[in-house]
Amino acid sequence: MKKLKLVSRILIAISALLLLSAYFVPLWRILMWAPQYPEGLEMKIWIDNITGDVKIISALNHYIGMRHIEVSMFPEFGYMIYIVAVIIAFGFLVSLINRRYMLVAFAVLLVACGIAALVDFYLWGYDYGHNLDPTAAIIVPGMVYQPPVIGTKQLLNFTAFSGPDVGGWVFIVAGGLAIGVLIFELYSSRKKI
Amino acid sequence: MKNRLILGIAGLIAGFFLFSCKPQAPESAAIGDAASRVYVAPGKYDEFYNIVSGGFNGQLSVYGIPSGRLIKILPVFSVFPENGYGYSEETKPMLNTSTGFVPWDDLHHVAISTTKGVHDGRWVFANGNNTPRVARVSLRSFRTEEILEIPNSGGNHSSPFITENTEYVIAGTRFSIPMGGKDVPISSYKENFKGSISFIKVDSVEGHMSIAFQLRTPGFNFDLSRAGKGPSHGWFFFSTYNTEQAHTLLEVNASQKDKDFIMAVNWKKAEEYIAQGKGRIEKSNYAHNLYSEKKNSATSTMRNEVKVLDISEFPDIVYFIPCPKSPHGTDVDPTGEYIVGSGKLAATMPVFSFTKMKNAIANKDFEGDFEGIPVLKYESVLHGEVQKPGLGPLHTEFDEKGNAYTSMFVSSEIVKWNVKTLEILDRVPTYYSIGHLSVMGGPTAKPYGKYMVAYNKITKDRYLPTGPELAQSAQLYDISGDKMRLLLDFPTVGEPHYAEAIPASMIQQNSLKFYKIEENEHPYAAKGEGQTRVERKGNEIHVYMTAIRSHLTPDNIEGVNVGEDVYFHVTNLEQDWDVPHGFAVKGANNAEILIMPGETQTLHWKPKSAGVYPFYCTDFCSALHQEMSGYIRISAAGTKTPLKFSTGNIEPPAGAGN
Repeated sequence: MKKLKLVSRILIAISALLLLSAYFVPLWRILMWAPQYPEGLEMKIWIDNITGDVKIISALNHYIGMRHIEVSMFPEFGYMIYIVAVIIAFGFLVSLINRRYMLVAFAVLLVACGIAALVDFYLWGYDYGHNLDPTAAIIVPGMVYQPPVIGTKQLLNFTAFSGPDVGGWVFIVAGGLAIGVLIFELYSSRKKI
Repeated sequence: MKNRLILGIAGLIAGFFLFSCKPQAPESAAIGDAASRVYVAPGKYDEFYNIVSGGFNGQLSVYGIPSGRLIKILPVFSVFPENGYGYSEETKPMLNTSTGFVPWDDLHHVAISTTKGVHDGRWVFANGNNTPRVARVSLRSFRTEEILEIPNSGGNHSSPFITENTEYVIAGTRFSIPMGGKDVPISSYKENFKGSISFIKVDSVEGHMSIAFQLRTPGFNFDLSRAGKGPSHGWFFFSTYNTEQAHTLLEVNASQKDKDFIMAVNWKKAEEYIAQGKGRIEKSNYAHNLYSEKKNSATSTMRNEVKVLDISEFPDIVYFIPCPKSPHGTDVDPTGEYIVGSGKLAATMPVFSFTKMKNAIANKDFEGDFEGIPVLKYESVLHGEVQKPGLGPLHTEFDEKGNAYTSMFVSSEIVKWNVKTLEILDRVPTYYSIGHLSVMGGPTAKPYGKYMVAYNKITKDRYLPTGPELAQSAQLYDISGDKMRLLLDFPTVGEPHYAEAIPASMIQQNSLKFYKIEENEHPYAAKGEGQTRVERKGNEIHVYMTAIRSHLTPDNIEGVNVGEDVYFHVTNLEQDWDVPHGFAVKGANNAEILIMPGETQTLHWKPKSAGVYPFYCTDFCSALHQEMSGYIRISAAGTKTPLKFSTGNIEPPAGAGN
């Protein structure tokens, strides 16, 4: 039953505190540019909502048979607030209970959640980009419109970019912090031996 | 034969000599780095919005300075089939007057609203010269928001000049007329004809206009005017001509006197009299038209009285300053101390001093009176005369360095002179016969200087010829140095009289991109395809239609009969910048309508014969714009075809004769 150093407990508490920002800032963003949109179009994904030029993007995408983007398309918005709450609570528990196996569990949980989110986003993007209306006005044979998970992709006249927004970066920092603390704990206990 | 040949050659040679004896024309081409000074690279913006009157096209045009590129034409007093202004049911009331719908006017002058004498970027005011009107245009939406008819006016030329804080917009009558529509012989001019100056109060928040009071003046012509500023704030100066009070062949009969007047009006004093309840209420019928952005619609309200101060009863409101030979422009310099009178037929140009005028009034330094109004002594008000300025001085504008620029119609040039020393500094030719000129910020308390534009009355050979009717000619000059330099020659539409320029930075950020659909309060708006429908009210058919890329809803309409009044109320559901939709129906006797995103506009159509009529979107909106169309079926009068409407509803084809 290895205990944690005080500095590790404080850093984990900070990591949990940082995750609170997920309720107040957007997590992910999608940017799109086209010759007609030099100023770009933007879509922001929040913990329970989607904002930005969603209507404009939907209006443009309907020509190629993509569905209107609606909040109701994403059941995730219903339970993400609870998942994040559990993660935050877990973080605080780690620093309270003060056991290394808890820290290991927390780091694993954070990384797993991150991967799960990306996989979920990929699956949605696959469905959104492949499942097209067969009566659409413009059908380009062989063309699918799956947005990039991370990075930039050319989709007809649009260049689409997908990447973390402020909340996403905070998540990455929080995860990094947890992993860093774990490595630090493992390293310093090995030195003692 | 040989002799003839020699004679011919001699003639040719003589002709050549004659030709070369023609005096050298002044340099008419731009020199040096002029091209780079006016070049605005693709994707870059101009430095100034130049709001230019359209003259007889009744519109305003917006040009970029220094490029001279036309950015927009916006209709004010004239119908504009291009966007449906004056044709749509919503905009028809804008052109209503006491004599009904007047679809045209002659828009001469513009005034950009000011606060403390400098531009505030809110509104532009414009005058209708023929059927006396004043309009207010928003610099946020670039739309005409208000038009006020001016009663007791014979032609609104001395307008729409404004006071320092846009407290008032002025409307001075060009022609004196018998008041109250009196039926009198024209020859009774001296006895029956009166002048009229309206002080239009401008609401400081909304900009709404109302006539605060009118000054009733002796009968002669009012030409132009300018408000005092700084120390002379509270005064207004009007040029007059035809103080001879002629009513025929004015060309001769109104040019007899050596001096006409600049009329100085103490409007603060007039305000005091009004506050004391002085003056009389006169019955007069005039229209006040207001456009509501929320309802996307104009309403026209008839007003029926106006407050009048007869200046003969209030002698301390008005003083006459003698000014040589039918003054045209009367322009106040940025300090507010000097008033320049441009006697268009005079050999010298007087500059009056406001301080001297105040002293002369205090000392009762009068040379007499005109119909009971004191006439100040010319010498006691005079700061000095600009000697031999040129021929036919019309208008003066000012830069930020104490210089004045006066346009000379007859000698076709602009003359630069120093306001204090009255010394002539430079002159440049204009092409040809300049009317107004415009220095950037010239009429404000703090001119921007840098550029000056000449608006000419004669075009002739400046551009490729286009038959007898030509575009108008304007020139841009660099006035940043000691010498004025021609930079650019650019054609303009209509007949620009006056113009004012305002820095792009004051307008650009506030420019409206589209109307929010949730704020649309149009009574016939369909704020979503679910609200589209067709309703019958007696003989009227109301189509609540929506437009969104790339379909109209409904796009199949049946059950309408010949002779019924069909109103297409089209709401543009888009909520993005620069996605207007248009609407037109075959055989309509009016025009198209252009509907901006979030807006509703209505086109009236009265079908004259049975058949199926296509309608379509007229503004190329999207890749499937050509598909954005529909049909309306018109049956013979009295047919009981049921009212039916749909979009995307495919029925089994009806059999022949069904």
